[in-house]
Amino acid sequence: MGDNHIQKLTMPKWGLAMTHGKVIDWVVAEGDPVAAGAEIVEVETEKITGAVEAPIGGILRRLVARPGDSIPVGGLLGVLAEPDVNDAEIEQFIEAFQPEEMEETGEDQGEVPEFVEVGGRRLCYLKRGAGDPPVVLLHGFTGNLNNWLFNHAELAKYRTVYALDLPGHGQSSKDVGDGSLGTLVESVRDWMDVIGVSRAHFVGHSMGGAITLALAEQYPERVLSCALICSGGLGPEIDHEYLDCVVEADRRKQLKPQLEKLFADPAQVTRQLVDDVLKFKRLDGVADALRTIAGQLVVDGQQAWMIGDRLQSLAAQIMVIWGAEDRIVPATHAKNLPTAVRVEVLEGCGHMVQMEEAGKVTRLLQEFIASAAEVRR
Amino acid sequence: MARVLTFQHAINEALDQEMARDPSVILIGEDVAGGQGADGEMDAWGGVLGVTKGLYGKYGGRVMDTPISESAFVGAAIGAATAGLRPVVELMFNDFMGVCFDQIFNQAAKFRYMFGGKAETPVVIRTMMGAGFRGAAQHSQSLYSMFTHIPGLKCVVPSNPYDAKGLLIEAIRDNDPVVFFEHKRLYQVEGDVPEETYTIPFGEAEVVREGNDVSIVTLAEMVHESVKAAEVLKAEGIECEVIDLRTTSPMDEDTILESVENTGRVVVVDEANPRCSMATDISALIAEKAFAFLKAPIKMVTAPHTPVPFNPNLEDLYKPDAGNITVAVREVAEYQTSWVTTTSKN
Repeated sequence: MGDNHIQKLTMPKWGLAMTHGKVIDWVVAEGDPVAAGAEIVEVETEKITGAVEAPIGGILRRLVARPGDSIPVGGLLGVLAEPDVNDAEIEQFIEAFQPEEMEETGEDQGEVPEFVEVGGRRLCYLKRGAGDPPVVLLHGFTGNLNNWLFNHAELAKYRTVYALDLPGHGQSSKDVGDGSLGTLVESVRDWMDVIGVSRAHFVGHSMGGAITLALAEQYPERVLSCALICSGGLGPEIDHEYLDCVVEADRRKQLKPQLEKLFADPAQVTRQLVDDVLKFKRLDGVADALRTIAGQLVVDGQQAWMIGDRLQSLAAQIMVIWGAEDRIVPATHAKNLPTAVRVEVLEGCGHMVQMEEAGKVTRLLQEFIASAAEVRR
Repeated sequence: MARVLTFQHAINEALDQEMARDPSVILIGEDVAGGQGADGEMDAWGGVLGVTKGLYGKYGGRVMDTPISESAFVGAAIGAATAGLRPVVELMFNDFMGVCFDQIFNQAAKFRYMFGGKAETPVVIRTMMGAGFRGAAQHSQSLYSMFTHIPGLKCVVPSNPYDAKGLLIEAIRDNDPVVFFEHKRLYQVEGDVPEETYTIPFGEAEVVREGNDVSIVTLAEMVHESVKAAEVLKAEGIECEVIDLRTTSPMDEDTILESVENTGRVVVVDEANPRCSMATDISALIAEKAFAFLKAPIKMVTAPHTPVPFNPNLEDLYKPDAGNITVAVREVAEYQTSWVTTTSKN
């Protein structure tokens, strides 16, 4: 970590394929103070644009990487330090900086998705970190385990964190049976049995939130806590047009405007992101799988399954996170929840809040899971 | 998604998976089994460059070697297609198409039209194309424009492994005759290819790279040369949009026109000879439908109007490359209309 009073800022690794990131622009000027968790520099990868956040508070003493530079993962972007550190020490720190190559290769080895047979389906998941009880991340409709790109590794610093590709999604089998919420819940529970996880903290996004709630209701002994992000199952409204269009779109032009609804800032939808979704949708069986699930999720333009008043009787602790500008499932569903439920509505974010405000959401999850773990003990 | 395959293996996998999925898919061609009837069938050569290797061992009689008689076996494949099979026939080099033009142009391409829409001919004709292989004048041509010219044929000209697999599966499942061009120089190109089967619709160009200054419209191996040129030009401050046609029939006119409407400057890059080519066809399209948006004359980068030379130095000169493309793009990017110059002088 270097000297106590000097903190490096390095290129993060967002996803398996990332080897380099391109510096777009510094949000903070050299010499300005920054708070821990503040966004400091915007970085673009082939897949996504995101912000690197300050690991600690301090003064941004040096911008080492310049806008337009391509920096390898682990490479030095800048240096943070308190004002009393003199310039010579900073220079020395930059001179002596060595990227942590060993750590990188070690991490890479653990970052290969695994496959298991669950009830005749092949399910794909990515396991990171170590420590019980584990956390399970469940993505939303048309998502995949990469939706947790910015959160997964950070959460896995403290415990085992699994991200699952739900049936019909990512690299899992495209057979979804009747596509009902019940079928998805059963397959998550069966998957836990196969990989030997008896109970876990759950983080569910959108449809994954509804699955989390239904799982907690049916199998309370398996669910330690529920963190629900822009979740389904908490109210009737949903942009059903989005679901229909995403299912039927098979050209970039049709898909892009739909995907833009996912983010508060439509510019987040890069060509690569559209490409990835399009490539997924073109796999044999995906269109049918999504159509089947969508037909069960939404009936007469409204969410078919809602937990309603039964939320109060769930044993697990619950936190709800929402993007204030969510255009798929409205943030109003975060209102009027039981007082025991912790609610965080993040301004300037849409439906993909865990990507749009990755640092903040990860910290909220970290805090919540830690406190829920305490209570359960 | 993160699995890497060569272009050649992507084609082999598409054939393998479709043969496994649909028993009516068969392979016919010179040496596609290779060693049929001899010992060591599992090691059969599988085509002159090994693209169909392993399939004879797996599918036996559904992979058929033929005599060197293109008109007979292409005709047989077309006939089999009308009778309910889905043959994938390999015509080793597109240069040999001449001997079976009647089967392709007059028979396969016309059946649906002449039989009142009732006949279907789900045949795929796979063929190698392209220069740079030291194959001389009869094994190196790029003849996709000739097939694009004929109504009733679909023409696919992929540039990378992902597209090759998805477009070939689409071609096999298509109910009309498709000519599928494989550039020999791309066979060893690697790229991410999903293990699962997938299809890419015909008539959708791929914007390989976005840019606001000059549009480069291209296909097949020239996509790679154009991207190289775009990298060089980026350093000079010229941002190129590179469009990979993927299929020439049907052709994605919208993507071309939208790009030109944005940039106003266009270079068409085509490895084929220049006359009556994709380059002239695309240039005509732009001149007719996007003339008002043009800020510079359309520039074509093509081979010269000569056969492909056997002499390696001449062959290298014959083929367009990143260097030629860079020069052409600069010229188009720097072009000022003369009336602007005249008015500013007065």
